Amino acid sequence: MKNGHITQKIGFSALFGCMLITMFFLGAIIYFTVVRGIGAISWGFLTQVPRSGMTEGGVAPAIVGTLYLTAGSILFALPLGLACAIYLCEYSPRGFFVNIIRMSINNLAGVPSVVFGLFGLAVFVKFMKFGISILSGSLTLGILVLPIIISATQEALMAVPHSLREASLALGASKWETIRKIVLPSALPGILTGVILSIGRVAGETAPILFTAATFYSRRYPDSVFSEVMALPYHIYALMTEGTHPEKQTAIAYGCALILMVLVLGVSAIAVYIRQRQRIQNA
Amino acid sequence: MARVKEKAIRWTLAALAFSSLIFLVGIIIVLFKEGLPIFKAVRPGDFIFGKFWYPTYDPPEFGIFPLIMASMWVTLGALCVCVPLGVGSALYLNEIAGFKQRSLLKPAVEVLASIPSVVYGFFGMVVVAPFVQNLLKLDTGLCALTASIILGVMATPTVCSIAEDALNCVPNSFREASFAVGANRWQTLTQVVIPAAGSGISTAVILGISRAIGETMTVLMVAGGSAVIPKSFLDPVRPMTSAIAAEMGEAPVGGLHYHSLFAIALILFIVTFVFNIIAELVSRKFRIRLGQSG
Amino acid sequence: MPDNAKMKAEKVDFFYGPRHALKGIDLDICENRVTAIIGPSGCGKSTFIRLLNRMNELIPNTILKGKISLDGRDIFDPSVDPVEIRRRVGMVFQKPNPFPKSIFENIAYGLKVNGVSSRKIIEERVVKSLQEAALWHEIKDRINDNALKLSGGQQQRLCIARCLAVEPEVILFDEPCASLDPVSTQKIEELILQLKKDYTIAIVTHNMQQAARVSDYTGFFLLGELIEFDRTQRIFTAPSDKRTEDYVTGRFG
Repeated sequence: MKNGHITQKIGFSALFGCMLITMFFLGAIIYFTVVRGIGAISWGFLTQVPRSGMTEGGVAPAIVGTLYLTAGSILFALPLGLACAIYLCEYSPRGFFVNIIRMSINNLAGVPSVVFGLFGLAVFVKFMKFGISILSGSLTLGILVLPIIISATQEALMAVPHSLREASLALGASKWETIRKIVLPSALPGILTGVILSIGRVAGETAPILFTAATFYSRRYPDSVFSEVMALPYHIYALMTEGTHPEKQTAIAYGCALILMVLVLGVSAIAVYIRQRQRIQNA
Repeated sequence: MARVKEKAIRWTLAALAFSSLIFLVGIIIVLFKEGLPIFKAVRPGDFIFGKFWYPTYDPPEFGIFPLIMASMWVTLGALCVCVPLGVGSALYLNEIAGFKQRSLLKPAVEVLASIPSVVYGFFGMVVVAPFVQNLLKLDTGLCALTASIILGVMATPTVCSIAEDALNCVPNSFREASFAVGANRWQTLTQVVIPAAGSGISTAVILGISRAIGETMTVLMVAGGSAVIPKSFLDPVRPMTSAIAAEMGEAPVGGLHYHSLFAIALILFIVTFVFNIIAELVSRKFRIRLGQSG
Repeated sequence: MPDNAKMKAEKVDFFYGPRHALKGIDLDICENRVTAIIGPSGCGKSTFIRLLNRMNELIPNTILKGKISLDGRDIFDPSVDPVEIRRRVGMVFQKPNPFPKSIFENIAYGLKVNGVSSRKIIEERVVKSLQEAALWHEIKDRINDNALKLSGGQQQRLCIARCLAVEPEVILFDEPCASLDPVSTQKIEELILQLKKDYTIAIVTHNMQQAARVSDYTGFFLLGELIEFDRTQRIFTAPSDKRTEDYVTGRFG
């Protein structure tokens, strides 16, 4: 009996240790990006273009580029994802084709991000001749987040009580009227959460834009969807692996990493907040 | 008139719903179309088991065995990190932590999941690599070990949240039955809960592997990049993903190098595809065993 | 005056996959009368009433045989739009299911989807149907409040008002009082008796006293079969089938 108690103590401590190590890494990543990154941040850093071969000046074009790419990919993926989720949930809950679609969504979610990059390169950059551009990058990133948007929307739609659909149909509303005026408004917070999480994901992705959108050095802002852009995540990578002034560039990379973290984590925090508030309302 | 509109909407939605399938098929077609031409120049056996990767030499050599080995070493190393951390954290969260701890730690794990991979890579380069280098007195800290650690930490939240779902599926009556015969919490955990959630936890591990194999930016930044067959965890390595990412920019379109990188991506795609299918099958069986459907 | 059949079910069989849920049902719903359908749970009474406005179509894998007609026209004829049937045959559900909108919007919704766009007409009809549903004097000052703030009984009367607003010819009540307290139940019953002047009503209930109080005709369902259908008074005083007698006297169910 005593023995059992000691085993339990050791076991629980080991599990606590696992949790602790995981949290230690989280703490370390946040600590280093904040403490070493905060020094690089200034108004100029956020608003100026880079100077002197990436060793001075700001990273404004990279911030703008990331915003463009994120907006573009959501613009592309949201309508597709909504349509797909609505079809799967509201119109056709079973059947051979629907199973195929479900399977392909699951598998698409598991494709490595660099493979999306290659697909974008072959199809959007070369075949469709969009070149290395915001357009190519946005489409590639859009395909990457499509499964995330679909599953978030599906979950939100399934959470809408069936009785509301019945009430609407019994009043003589058509299926589409019911979806548009009753189901979608009720599912909106859930869908929004999914979209926001997708934004966080897209903003931080690097591999898919390596050969479809990103450029290391640009002193001007993109002027059309066919322009190459700088992007924060790619900029961090490029600063660390290319260029000639490692120390100065590392300092800038810290600044970029901090901005990216604030962007991504800030966006996730909004999503968590919306979800939490929704839960309280439902309770 | 209204009925025609309803039908039109239905068919439009149905058509758009096929987009995921189209993209997946498109990816497969592109990988085959751009990847297969390499096998006109190099025999598949030589490609996969060739020991030398010198794509830009004259004459070039396209043997990806060093890259495959690198991916395997790094993935294996990452598993050693993410399985104990992920499963351990999940067990702690689900079985030990109180409500207050849970409501703090669960979002923290989600935060870890949402950190971009490039930030992980950056952190590996500027913090972990110098640390490993000093600790072990290496020439460079950018090696398979560092990559494994970073990759493992990255995969931890994936493993943790899926394992936690599996633990949540274990009915409380199992636990109560075990307590009722006088087992303590640890015995209940190891002899009742973990076996019951076993295949759910394996799903988590398989998806963690899949995540680690496919991860690009971190290994590109911290694995060291040397394309030779690794002899130890302290060697710099070049996994398949980082070869693609690092070299595609310089490979002339339509050349052998270009095709060989697509062929690597094809192999990568097939491997992750298989892992994802296995994970799905295992988790389906798991749900059936615990008497849940859907 | 002989009662006029508004809806007619003839030899209706219904299957959920392999399960034979309704077996050869013949039943008339008479105009301006209340028809009650009683029976133990799982006997198919809710299934039957849901066929009358084609709500069964929302469940996959079901098969219907036989014919159901409204004013002599087969409602399952391929040329008939289920949306039109549901406009003419309204339904009130077991659990109050107001939309998460304001009281006003809840009632206006049915009008809007049925093509009423004039604000003035909508306002008039909202007030009228709230009055008809005996809810107006309770909530007239907070018509823009969220409907979910109302009590359960008020919510159910709101759902009735929402149904009345689109001016259906037939109203189906699927256990409308199952989740309500006795006072709210009484209000709904009084309301049903009021409404039969203008509407044809069918009500599913497991409460026999309720059926006896509100209905003119009663059908007794058992295991998917219609055991007996007659004037309510006869069903409760002199049923012709032994099983009906056992049920209404409380010997099983």
